[in-house]
Amino acid sequence: MKPMKKSLLTAAVATAFAVSGAQAAGISDDKVKIGVLADMGGVYADICGKGCVTAVEMAVEDFGGTVLGKPIEVISADDQNKADIGSAKVREWVESEGVDAVNGLVASSVTGAVTKVLTDNKKIALISTSASHAFTTKACSPYNAHWTYNVVALANGTVKPMLDAGKKKWFFITADYAFGHALEKVASGVINSNGGEVVGAVRAPLGTTDFSSYVLQAQASGADVVALANAGADFVNSLKTAAEFGLTETADVAGLLVFTHNAKALDPNIAGGMKLTTGFYWDMDDETRAWSKRFKDRHGSIPAMGQAGAYSMTMHYLNAIKEAGTDDGDAVMAVMKKNKPNDFFARNAELRADGRMVHDMYQVRIKKAEERSNEDDIFAIEQVIPGDKAFGPMMDQCNFLANK
Amino acid sequence: MATFLGINLFGLFGQLLVGLINGSFYALLSLGLAIIFGLLKIINFAQGALYMLGAFFAWMALNYMGINYWAALLFVPLAVGFIGILMERFLLRPIANEDHLYSLLLTFGLALILQGAFTHLYGSSGLSYAIPEELKGGNRLPFMYLPNYRAWIIVASIIVCAGTWYMIEKTKLGAYLRAGTENPQLMQAFGINVPLIVTLTFGFGVGLAGFAGVMAAPVYSVSPDMGSNMLIVVFAIVVIGGMGSIGGAILTGLGMGVVEGLTKYFYPEASTTVIFAVMVIVLLTKPAGLFGKEA
Amino acid sequence: MTINKSAVALVALGLVAPFILYPVFVMKVLCFALFACAFNLLLGYVGLLSFGHAAFLGTGGYITGYMMMEAGLTPELGILCGTAAAATLGAVYGKLAVKREGIYFAMVTLALSQLAFFVYLQAPFTGGEDGMQGVPRGHLFGLIDLSDNMNMYYFVFAIFLFGFWVVNRTIHSPFGQILKAIRENEPRAISLGYNVNDYKWAAFVISSALAGLAGSTKTLVFQLASLTDAHWHMSGEVVLMTLLGGMGTIFGPIVGAGAVVTIQNYLSGGELGNYIHIIMGLIFVVCVLAFRSGIVGEFNKFMKKNFS
Repeated sequence: MKPMKKSLLTAAVATAFAVSGAQAAGISDDKVKIGVLADMGGVYADICGKGCVTAVEMAVEDFGGTVLGKPIEVISADDQNKADIGSAKVREWVESEGVDAVNGLVASSVTGAVTKVLTDNKKIALISTSASHAFTTKACSPYNAHWTYNVVALANGTVKPMLDAGKKKWFFITADYAFGHALEKVASGVINSNGGEVVGAVRAPLGTTDFSSYVLQAQASGADVVALANAGADFVNSLKTAAEFGLTETADVAGLLVFTHNAKALDPNIAGGMKLTTGFYWDMDDETRAWSKRFKDRHGSIPAMGQAGAYSMTMHYLNAIKEAGTDDGDAVMAVMKKNKPNDFFARNAELRADGRMVHDMYQVRIKKAEERSNEDDIFAIEQVIPGDKAFGPMMDQCNFLANK
Repeated sequence: MATFLGINLFGLFGQLLVGLINGSFYALLSLGLAIIFGLLKIINFAQGALYMLGAFFAWMALNYMGINYWAALLFVPLAVGFIGILMERFLLRPIANEDHLYSLLLTFGLALILQGAFTHLYGSSGLSYAIPEELKGGNRLPFMYLPNYRAWIIVASIIVCAGTWYMIEKTKLGAYLRAGTENPQLMQAFGINVPLIVTLTFGFGVGLAGFAGVMAAPVYSVSPDMGSNMLIVVFAIVVIGGMGSIGGAILTGLGMGVVEGLTKYFYPEASTTVIFAVMVIVLLTKPAGLFGKEA
Repeated sequence: MTINKSAVALVALGLVAPFILYPVFVMKVLCFALFACAFNLLLGYVGLLSFGHAAFLGTGGYITGYMMMEAGLTPELGILCGTAAAATLGAVYGKLAVKREGIYFAMVTLALSQLAFFVYLQAPFTGGEDGMQGVPRGHLFGLIDLSDNMNMYYFVFAIFLFGFWVVNRTIHSPFGQILKAIRENEPRAISLGYNVNDYKWAAFVISSALAGLAGSTKTLVFQLASLTDAHWHMSGEVVLMTLLGGMGTIFGPIVGAGAVVTIQNYLSGGELGNYIHIIMGLIFVVCVLAFRSGIVGEFNKFMKKNFS
């Protein structure tokens, strides 16, 4: 139980540093420490989890293991998808372990609690896999950097091209919790403002096993598109049922949040042809393939988008420390927002004043069985969506550079 | 379209049928639980995890050994049942004379272990298992499209449930079973190996969960937490039906499928909660459940 | 060791703990220890297994959080409101549940707590899945700033001691003696003219109020209230804590809560994170097979055998 047996003195010193914000230049407590917080063994383990830890470690190694002559350390913890466990862990990290930034971050409830703790202590949150757009809108903070994707980008990326193709009537099967509601609301906004119509919606409780009832309701609505505003097992189950009841033959089914791992868990005969939006796909070009191969050799499976994002933002963060000459949260964030991230993940990218990392998103199609050359050959890229189109405009009150 | 009081009747028929399909599935799962409790007085909280195990075994059989769905339907329940037998023999028997609470806690622990182990081995995203070729496609009924596999779920569940009910309530083997668990000393004196009966009964009840797992694999995501979502619902069904009543579990399973189906139509948000509301009402008005005998 | 000596040791330990261990961690242990003590009052001393105690923990947390955020109450009033709300809910649920026994009692409480969970999931004020975040710790009596961890710690410790005292007072009162009589032989208690259901109900209300107190305090410590606390897994966790520590013993739930929270905390940080479910499951199995009296129970047996 090493982490807890800190002497009073160390704890007091660490707290003092945290409170004063360590304004002095240089590296606080002679090392840069990055904590990776994610669900390691639960429902979200595959989309970030240990893979995010691996990605961050790879970034630290590629960076050279030290910054400004000081060592970079990576520690990790399992939040078990519980906000209290996550925020307590991060509080402990910040108050008594000298953690400078927290990476990973999946479930929105955990991220919400953790970003509050980090903001209070002027430490940086590097959000890789959370879907909610709250962290750069109503819960925005000058210390948040939200990478990879959010519900706005998903809705814009998936919904708009289908509307343009003449699919005007939409029906939602929505997971009955905060993330599902947000996704439905944002997507409905896009539909209504682009000449489409929402003809119905059902709210299915989280962890519903059987979706046949909802699929029948969607069928009866006469919609052109049935949008699945859910994730993980809920998504897989609802899509399977839609295919079984012949819904996929009479209407298009759009998955609003689909990770490569979910797509892989589906029979290609069922999922083949479905369009969705992602922030990253391993088989895009030589650069992504090279990194993904290294990742797979270490981790055992291809990277999910949040895992690639975790690498990208760690690199950007470390580069910013180098340039700022300090690991002070304010100074580092200023440099992160000034310099444009540019690597295999972040294309045409910038970290906006509100903390939103805007970059190219991709509308992809799930390949049919006969198109696939190996088990990881899942998506075909249909079109690139420029970041500003995908993520939309910034809210004024979150423009931290202008509001200073 | 036919409507009544502003309700689309065709839609309603569809929901009722879908509810019945789910109900037959619930019946299958609650049957195993009811047998284990009714005859052995063991509260098996691992039933959900064993159902998950059944689905995973079906997947492993197909992908590692090339055993198809139909063969899996036969072998997987046996394999899961065998695991149940080991559980009973080595873990549950030593605490057979303790409070029922302990069997609940022990099996709860086993469920955690199984779920954790499969998450560790196969990840949390789930695996895919295709519907067997023979059962693909479906039929268009006047009010809905009925996939063949769903029709098969009803048929298979009813055959298994009815067969089990008949075996336990009407045959000589069933009579031995009931007598052996109600008055073990007497049956032992008659030269019947009661511990063996107990072990086999437990294996059978658990095997039913394995069977349900194979049935579920083609239509639901095969994932480590599929059982824990199902467990407390099925448990509630057994309690509503009257713990220990085999027929009660079957009928309540079907009935609750329909109630849940209607809730999904009128107030979907409450569909996972409605069963508990029913349970509260039933237990407060009929303490031993709908079909249970007052103790 | 007598109960008194142990209690003195407990207080001494509690006073120095934040200097040795991370204070927020100790506060978490204390909150869960209080929750487990409340639960143990029912299971260990009345023989009632409630499988829905998370509803009271969650209620305390949500109501306190709401009162602190929306009504701007001081912490002690916020906690009072949360505790009162949990006690009220306990009074209603208890009235319904005590009519049933054994496994049926467990099932009624489970079902009722699922209904409460549904309300918290749907009600707008709880923030659904995201939970209620950023609850202020406030100033105790409007004077003492609780955002300081040390101040907060001693406040939590005082609450814990109060709760612990209530449990002990209850157990050792004539009322508690009747509860034990009910546990040992209910028909006999009835034949002696006691209205058994009223006694059970009173114990249920005390237990749910204390569980609510634990939930209220936890919300202040972590500054958030979430669905986790109202979920049925939490009802299972408190059973584990009580069983591991030793049900029906005075210090068992505290030891059990400490052990479970420590294990969770340890596993969440280390390489073993993947194995958390497996390890928790193994603890259940080993406890049931080998240590049915729990850590404190086994310890007491050992002391009795060798030193008296």
